Amino acid sequence: MDFNDTTDETKFREEAFNWLSNNAPLKENPKDTWKPASEEEGLKEAKAWAAKLHEGGWACLHWPKEYGGRDATPIERVIWGQEISKFKVPGGYFEIGQGMAGPVMMMYANEEQKKRYLPPLAKAEEVWCQLFSEPASGSDLAGLKTKCEKDGDDWIINGQKIWTSGAHFSDYGIIVTRSDPNVAKHKGLTYFFLDMKSPGVEVRPIKQISGGANFNEVYFTDVRIPDEQRLGEVGDGWKVSLTTLMNERLAVGDASGPDFEEAFNLARGQDLNGKLAIENDSVREKLADWYCQASGLKFAKYRNISALSRGETPGPQSSITKIVSANKLQEIANFGLDLMDNAGILRSDDRDAEQSMYQYGFYGAAGLRIAGGTDEILKNIISEQVLGMPQDMRADKGIPFNEIPTSTK
Amino acid sequence: MNFEFSQEQVQLRDSVRKMLDNKEALKKAREVLEGEKSYDKDLWNSLVEMGLTATTIPEEYEGLGLGHLELCVVAEELGRSLAPTPFSSSVYLATEALLLLGSDDQKKEYLPKLARGEIIGTFAHSESNTSPTASNINTVVNNGKINGKKIAVPDGDVSDFAIVTAVEDGKIGLYAVNLKNEKSQIISQDTLDPSRSHAEISFDGADSELLGSTEEGWANLNNLLDKAAVLFAFEQLGGAEACMNMAKEYSLGRFAFGRPIASFQAIKHKLADMFVTVELARSNCYFGAWALSTDSAELPTAAATSRVSASQAYHECSKENIQTHGGMGFTWEFDCHLFYKRCRQLAANIGSQAIWKDKLISSLERANTL
Repeated sequence: MDFNDTTDETKFREEAFNWLSNNAPLKENPKDTWKPASEEEGLKEAKAWAAKLHEGGWACLHWPKEYGGRDATPIERVIWGQEISKFKVPGGYFEIGQGMAGPVMMMYANEEQKKRYLPPLAKAEEVWCQLFSEPASGSDLAGLKTKCEKDGDDWIINGQKIWTSGAHFSDYGIIVTRSDPNVAKHKGLTYFFLDMKSPGVEVRPIKQISGGANFNEVYFTDVRIPDEQRLGEVGDGWKVSLTTLMNERLAVGDASGPDFEEAFNLARGQDLNGKLAIENDSVREKLADWYCQASGLKFAKYRNISALSRGETPGPQSSITKIVSANKLQEIANFGLDLMDNAGILRSDDRDAEQSMYQYGFYGAAGLRIAGGTDEILKNIISEQVLGMPQDMRADKGIPFNEIPTSTK
Repeated sequence: MNFEFSQEQVQLRDSVRKMLDNKEALKKAREVLEGEKSYDKDLWNSLVEMGLTATTIPEEYEGLGLGHLELCVVAEELGRSLAPTPFSSSVYLATEALLLLGSDDQKKEYLPKLARGEIIGTFAHSESNTSPTASNINTVVNNGKINGKKIAVPDGDVSDFAIVTAVEDGKIGLYAVNLKNEKSQIISQDTLDPSRSHAEISFDGADSELLGSTEEGWANLNNLLDKAAVLFAFEQLGGAEACMNMAKEYSLGRFAFGRPIASFQAIKHKLADMFVTVELARSNCYFGAWALSTDSAELPTAAATSRVSASQAYHECSKENIQTHGGMGFTWEFDCHLFYKRCRQLAANIGSQAIWKDKLISSLERANTL
């Protein structure tokens, strides 16, 4: 057990820090995070930054070099994460493409497609989204209804997807559809990638509780996809989806928003009942709990990386990361706003970056507890796949999809 | 960077676990709980024979000269099996106090005997129903003679000597006091966890020898407690995981409404919650182990984090293990209560949750690195 760097790791860390120093501003304090003026501006800045990363050889660290990555070891990824967190850099637009679509293309696309699509994805020249959830199939993902029908060398897609982050600025998407409604639900799915500019694709933004619209409904009317853009065999879409979801939980894991450090700094600067909040025992107790959670997650991740370094595959253990971080974010955001007393409810986008961070965290956490698997689904995954407890009783087991009762209400 | 124990350390874990299984440590914990014995001598002798009491003692004092990582591995197994021995008192506290603060003469006198398991030591700190502070310790030392009363001293009735906190000239110090004399009166005390004995000890002018200096007494005490906190945390972690596994096994075999209760989401989610607390605690404990073994400047933070996290995990898992067992879990016959009781004892022995949470935030304020 050694929490210090080896000589090679020290060298890598220095190299990373030096490159970042030459290309990005250091954060002045933990609160000093990148915040674009608008989504359009943000996307522009994020693309420029991604291109710079690629040029410097720091894009998609875990990808093979031939597709635009760096072939970095898991430990190097940890080190890079530690170093880049010291800098004020754009983020938040390409996780789905680089973290989920990329890996699934690497596994299932043909060589020609990989060479065509992966490098522009690594450079963020092209942006990808993931078209999975539907109005009546979120946690019960395999209950999806968007159908695909074979027509010569093409497939015709009809149906609707929902909660599709970034669909409005994406160039490509990965999508899972139903090819056969006459077999059990997991068996009749087929997976594709498609051009989001294809005729018949309509993207409608959904206004969220934050007032923003980061995700969308996407409608498909007779959308044509060439068979060569199928990923995996016909009817094997569930297997491909599970690969994607495993990667999603690795990619989505970290919550953005105030964490222990921000709450600690807030409590050290904020007055509470005539004293600093940090001097209040109930505040100290909450902070200690959050520190233990944040620290536990950090070292759990390191342990996971050690396992990866020994060639073990990432287990469903990583599901704990999202459960803990989303709940922690929700509590910390609520705590921060509470410390601001009645003024904490005043929207403050323009006047107070700190207050705004807690407010976004307050809204965002409610979504994060659902996105990429709800707390409840993740607890099922832990109990079933890690602890080996029985699967939930399923009323639809073995029944052909078109005979399963459904309701969207 | 590498965040796992080495192959050798894993082998040590396996051999300690095997020995404790063979000796039926859990059954022995019940025997101690139900009987008159203060601890299980046979089990203690086996720990000694394996050299575990000598783990971190340097070879020059007849120890094995291994590191604290090895001791963490041992602690986890002792916690998992509920081994009813004075190991935590004698090794994590008394031995560590001597290693940390003892003069060469003191080390020569105590450490070989501790390594060989010939003597048992403990740590006597609490005096009242409140946590000890620099200003509320009433045990005093004058001209080497100690006077005062300590309560709830773990293994106080079976220890040969104690490391005692006391005040001399207005300053806190740590003193080694021989308990086998007329000037140390020892009375066994009933506790919530009778599988581990505790005693009240009154000193009426007994001889005492200072460890280290009183100038740095309070800092020394906190350093000792930080080191012990990591070892206690591993013992708590082992107990927490044992409870989680018990709950899982029971739920798989217990049927209700025509199904194993493990198939009910309410039970599955309870187990998932236990798993989350155990994983967080384990991860924090590993960092604590590293900080302890390298004497890192981060030890105060890492120790408090391990301690808080492992105390929480054990509490969560031991109470929900009973809940998962239903009425059976509340019976004397099932083992759930043994863990529930041990959990409270381990959480109490070197200071409460509230105190360690406060220490954690204080250490972060001091480090001021954020």
